[in-house]
Amino acid sequence: MRRSTLRTTIAVVTAGLTLTACGSGGDAGSGSGGGDGSDAATATSVEDFGGMDALVEAAQAEGELNVIALPPDWANYGEMLETFSEKYDIEINSASPDGSSQDELNAVESQKGQDRAPDVLDLGTAFARQAQAQGLTAPYQVQTWGEIPEDQKDPEGHWYNDYGGYISIGCNASVVDECPTTFADLLDPQYAGQVALNGNPTQAAAAFSGVWAASLANGGSLDEIGPGIDFFGRIKDVGNFNPVEITPATIQSGETPISIDWDYLNAGLTETLADQGVEWEVAVPSDGLFGSYYSQAISKFAPHPAAARLWQEFLYSDEGQNIWLNGGARPVRLPAMEEAGTADADALAALPEVQGTAKFPTEEQQTAAQAVVAERWNAEMSG
Amino acid sequence: MLVVLGALPFLLYIAVFLVLPIGVLAVEAFRATDPVTFEETWSTASVEAITDGAYRRAYVGSLQLSLITAVIGAALGLALAIAVLRARRGRLLRRLVLTASGVLANFGGIPLAFAFIATIGGNAGVVTALLTDTLGLGLGGFSLYSMTGLALVYLYFLIPLMVLTIIPALEALRPQWREAADNLGATGWQYWRYVGGPVLLPPVLGATMLLFASAFAAYATARALVGSSIPLVTLQIADALSSNVVVGSENVGKALALGMVVLIGLVMVFYAWVQRRTQRWLT
Repeated sequence: MRRSTLRTTIAVVTAGLTLTACGSGGDAGSGSGGGDGSDAATATSVEDFGGMDALVEAAQAEGELNVIALPPDWANYGEMLETFSEKYDIEINSASPDGSSQDELNAVESQKGQDRAPDVLDLGTAFARQAQAQGLTAPYQVQTWGEIPEDQKDPEGHWYNDYGGYISIGCNASVVDECPTTFADLLDPQYAGQVALNGNPTQAAAAFSGVWAASLANGGSLDEIGPGIDFFGRIKDVGNFNPVEITPATIQSGETPISIDWDYLNAGLTETLADQGVEWEVAVPSDGLFGSYYSQAISKFAPHPAAARLWQEFLYSDEGQNIWLNGGARPVRLPAMEEAGTADADALAALPEVQGTAKFPTEEQQTAAQAVVAERWNAEMSG
Repeated sequence: MLVVLGALPFLLYIAVFLVLPIGVLAVEAFRATDPVTFEETWSTASVEAITDGAYRRAYVGSLQLSLITAVIGAALGLALAIAVLRARRGRLLRRLVLTASGVLANFGGIPLAFAFIATIGGNAGVVTALLTDTLGLGLGGFSLYSMTGLALVYLYFLIPLMVLTIIPALEALRPQWREAADNLGATGWQYWRYVGGPVLLPPVLGATMLLFASAFAAYATARALVGSSIPLVTLQIADALSSNVVVGSENVGKALALGMVVLIGLVMVFYAWVQRRTQRWLT
């Protein structure tokens, strides 16, 4: 008797779980893995399809593209998605736009084999490397592969940097009398309770980079992020730190008058804010120049492998790169495009002015800095 | 057999939504990912990490905040509930307070945080600006972005929650008991000491624990309001689980979550113990 009850329980539990699994992937239609998609899933360049036209055809046969963690107001991704969708007549499903890199990797693993699994990923470089190490990415080299600098890509094409920018200081000139242009300025008592970051440095790459830039401005280096944490400790001690994490809403309301964030995010707000009567100034600090790129990757388990590859081709075409440039971000092919004269001149002129050349951290430096921030930030900044 | 079958949906529900997740947490908390090779191994590193440094402070911070807000919320909520029930011809008032409580107890998360920021925020709060312009004082040193500020915001939804949960218990206090006590010559204090108090104690304690748990588990409000500047477990879990910066810290997040489960479990055991003691007097 008892055993039969147990067996029934197990049977029902199993049935329930199976149902859940089916239910979540229930969007019938386009080919999920295997079958027709198998050739596209192993293609490492457009030649494997037999040219661009064949790639477009294969992608259109799939008809859909799943993207994840792409906020429309981030580096002009809204226009990017819209243009791609219209140009190739492919429907884009955008999942959790505000997700993090870790969320993206989790989605690839947990939604393996489902139609709604992400096709393409936009990751922090450290996470792109992690994805590759965990075997989550498919190598692919876009047509413009040769113009991506060697140190900005994985040699096989598991991931390649897409766009980047510098840490900048955004400032609401309608609220603040005199906008700060250096990290040293931020200690001025006139900025009481006004200096905010875009997130928590242990979680958000923009905030983490803000700390690193502050370190460069205060005697630190790419090998030493500690002085940046000390600096924010001082900002907090003098009463200038504002713990509210930046959103367009807090900027617009004036609650976060000074925001340390990527220049493309800060600059991307200028126009919107001007419409609402807020005067928004963006400066890349002269004392702490820190730049970083994000990386693109294709999921190894992409339900729409051809569309995923077409998306990459589009991102790295002149058109795609200029859309990022229009959003104030610096696309990875920018140097080559400037040379060839294909970069959008207006967008180029609108980028915030940068003094000097930024050096980019290596993987080891990044890992070491992450460990320091993870250990010190919450311990010293909270409470 | 029939009884077991009837309970099956419930058992299934418990298995899938309670036992399974806790089991997964308990296993994952004891695994660790190597930051270089990304290989997973068995390890107590995550569990050890949460008993120390910033994570320990986060537990202390969360416990402090939840304890303070639960006790204050319970006291004020109880007082409000008693006042409303006692009010003469208070039927309309009672209905109003109950309806408002139903709405406000569920008003949490980011909207609540922004409502407070817009009202008494440090830079753009309407009331702050008004007070600064008229009195030149601002809020007199009060900062919304502090432990006190956070406690105030939590009380905004905890007090209504207390009112909602305690009113049925207050209504169960029969007027006849009071009359009987009066007839036997008991004073008001004696009535509350020997009759009303013991009857009310278990539901009040239960409601306080509920308040404690909801303050302990609150996340979005704190995230929007104080970011990383106040040590709270839920914020630390989010940082560990969905990071853009630190690779391979999910196991620490799971260990932190397991710690929360254990703490709430202890609270429940304590509650069961207290309730058994108080009920002994009643039966």
